Amino acid sequence: MIEFQAVTKRFDDGTVAVDDLNLSVDPGRITVFVGPSGCGKTTSLRMVNRMIDATSGTITVDGNDIRQSDPPLLRRGIGYVIQQAGLFPHRTVVDNVATVPMLAGWPRHKAKKRAVELLETVGLPAELGEKYPAQLSGGQQQRVGVARALAVDPPVLLMDEPFSAVDPVVREGLQDELLRLQDELGKTIVFVTHDIDEAIKLGDKVAVFRTGGVLAQYDKPSELLARPADNFVASFVGRDRGYRALGFLPASGLPIGELATVELGATAVDARSALRDGWAVVVDGARCPIGWVSEKHLATVDGEISRDSSLSGGSLYDVDNGSLRSALDAALSSPSALGVAVDSTGAVVGSVTADDVLSALAAARTAGEVPQ
Amino acid sequence: MTWVFDHLGLLGGLTGTHVYLALVPLVVGLVLAIPLGWLASRSRPARAVLLSVSGLLYTIPSLALIVVLPGIIGTKILDSVNVIIPLTIYTVALLVRSIADALTSVPATVVAAATAIGYRPLRRFASVEFPLAVPVVIAGLRVAAVSNISLVSIGALIGISGYGVLFTDGFQLGFMTEIVVGVVATLLLALVADALLLLIGRLLTPWTRAGR
Amino acid sequence: MDFVSFLTSWLFDGTHWTGSDGVPARLSEHLGYTAVALAIAVAVGFPLGAAIGHTGRGGLILVGAANGLRALPTLGVLTIVVGIAGIGLVPPITALIVLAIPPVMAGTYAGIRAIEPITVDAARGVGMREWEVLLRVEIPNALPLIFGGVRSAALQVVSTATIAAFVGVGGLGRYVFDGLAVQDYAQVASGAVLVAALAIIVDVLFIGLQRLVVSPGLTSAKSKGTSS
Repeated sequence: MIEFQAVTKRFDDGTVAVDDLNLSVDPGRITVFVGPSGCGKTTSLRMVNRMIDATSGTITVDGNDIRQSDPPLLRRGIGYVIQQAGLFPHRTVVDNVATVPMLAGWPRHKAKKRAVELLETVGLPAELGEKYPAQLSGGQQQRVGVARALAVDPPVLLMDEPFSAVDPVVREGLQDELLRLQDELGKTIVFVTHDIDEAIKLGDKVAVFRTGGVLAQYDKPSELLARPADNFVASFVGRDRGYRALGFLPASGLPIGELATVELGATAVDARSALRDGWAVVVDGARCPIGWVSEKHLATVDGEISRDSSLSGGSLYDVDNGSLRSALDAALSSPSALGVAVDSTGAVVGSVTADDVLSALAAARTAGEVPQ
Repeated sequence: MTWVFDHLGLLGGLTGTHVYLALVPLVVGLVLAIPLGWLASRSRPARAVLLSVSGLLYTIPSLALIVVLPGIIGTKILDSVNVIIPLTIYTVALLVRSIADALTSVPATVVAAATAIGYRPLRRFASVEFPLAVPVVIAGLRVAAVSNISLVSIGALIGISGYGVLFTDGFQLGFMTEIVVGVVATLLLALVADALLLLIGRLLTPWTRAGR
Repeated sequence: MDFVSFLTSWLFDGTHWTGSDGVPARLSEHLGYTAVALAIAVAVGFPLGAAIGHTGRGGLILVGAANGLRALPTLGVLTIVVGIAGIGLVPPITALIVLAIPPVMAGTYAGIRAIEPITVDAARGVGMREWEVLLRVEIPNALPLIFGGVRSAALQVVSTATIAAFVGVGGLGRYVFDGLAVQDYAQVASGAVLVAALAIIVDVLFIGLQRLVVSPGLTSAKSKGTSS
């Protein structure tokens, strides 16, 4: 879809921002460019819509050499989302989103109608349309930026550190939103970030750049974590990469053990008799886990088991979609050392142990699913 | 050029008057503008009133102000106060805004730190807030100085001395040299004043160049 | 107050409101000079400031020139132009134009340069051509400062047009100079008050116009920008 062939960018002052880049971006997928500052990731992105022209080499989009196209026309066919959104302060939200359709010559009412639709697509209420960017929060502005980029339904989206200026909680929401949107739209997205966690979360494939504009590794995130090409990539992906790599291993073969449960409202005496190895999970009417009770703990409880009288539990492991990482985390964060496994409705189905997770990892290694 | 050398005495005298007429309003204006600017930075209503009044005063053409003053305050028409007061008004009008903005932009953490150390408000203003506002105040003073120096000439229209006399005389006599000398002298004086203020600003705020 | 009675005695004298030296005639002369000079200054200064602001080339020269021109004594400029071109309408209007161009040009330039680079980057990124970037993004966002420049140019022209009467043309300044010549203080003061009133009215008109033309998104952006 997007091809870099021997692309080099040398700026007027002699610095080489991108050095002989060869890379092919898969259609309909999210490709993340990641690396420290000065690694040429943003320059590489901006060369795709000719915001910067390459010094040498060829970039093709859909097989067409971009040097053959008129830059403004090329850009109108490629969505562009930047840091802090870059909304036009003098235009309302709707007018911002309608910018590209208007440039493309759509009639005004059609462009506005499309803009209102898009606000809904990116999860914003239509009433925001008449506000000005300055009246929006950072996260809302960024959503408007995405809506503006989607306005003429371009097959390609370029996103240059779009979420770096918003706070971590909002950023996580925006990332989830992007993944949801991508499931629906299936765009070819090139996403630049300096945050390796964001790259691993969002990327179908991740290109790690090193200072000086050299591509260090281009791979699936799981491969990047499991098999970093060199010390630079290893140190860039970080210390916990072994643990994080578990996130890419499905836990479908993991044995599910038995788990004692007690319903809310049961008496302390009933609860005591239900304990298994000294522990039981408190569940509600839909068998969703509320917390834990233990032998020692029950000695302090009078009467019925309530929400307040149960010990808070750890993370939950979803047996249908969970990874080894989530199974291990469920076990490690549980007060009883038993991870609570739930089905897709959230109902308790059994338990997992850390030992079982490690055995499953060993089995995966033997089967060659995990590189040595 | 020969005209300049033949009239050095005249030019020297005019320069003295011109500097006096431009400098006094600058100093008096600064002294008046500091408390007013402080007030404007402290209270929203005061800010609204002070800024609209100074905006209004700044709007009044200089010649109008100069010729109306004798009627209002009872000075003689040839009194140099008639020039000094309007220029002072313009200087205050210009500086109140600069000082208010500068004081508002002093980081709240710095003010809080100064208070926590134990400064009383007046002392804190003098040793922390105002020094931090100095760069903006100097910028305002530079504009005011240049504009005062240029405006003093208007006084010549009602017979008050300064370089403006060279324009009125030159015009009446049809003698271009004199006018050109007046314009050049005004520009030079403005340049010197501007450079001096820039220098004073640098000496007063050594920290602005640290680490840059 | 005898100042007020001075004023009222002159201003309420019906004979001062008719004829070629009556207030309406002088006022329309004054406004005429102002309008012509301001229009030409905007026609020259605005495109120059916009071009330099858009390309970023020559900005230092422009700012330096604008500052230098501010130091020029109005009366000196006026008398020099008369010295070169002789008595008539052209010299004062030329002087007024020379004085009005720098604020218009500097305001336009500063307005365009003050726009966040990211906004301009986004404009190019969504596929605007250079003229579209200038016309649809840079100029609308620079309007507050452009208006600021035109407003101060207008004030300077109204004020200097008064002084222009010194070199023998019409306008409200005539009352000041004719009054000074014959020591008719009531006439001097009335002329001055009329000029001051005119300046304030012109200023208020420009503020009103600015409110009408500038996008509300920019004023709300400003109030938010200072709080962060």
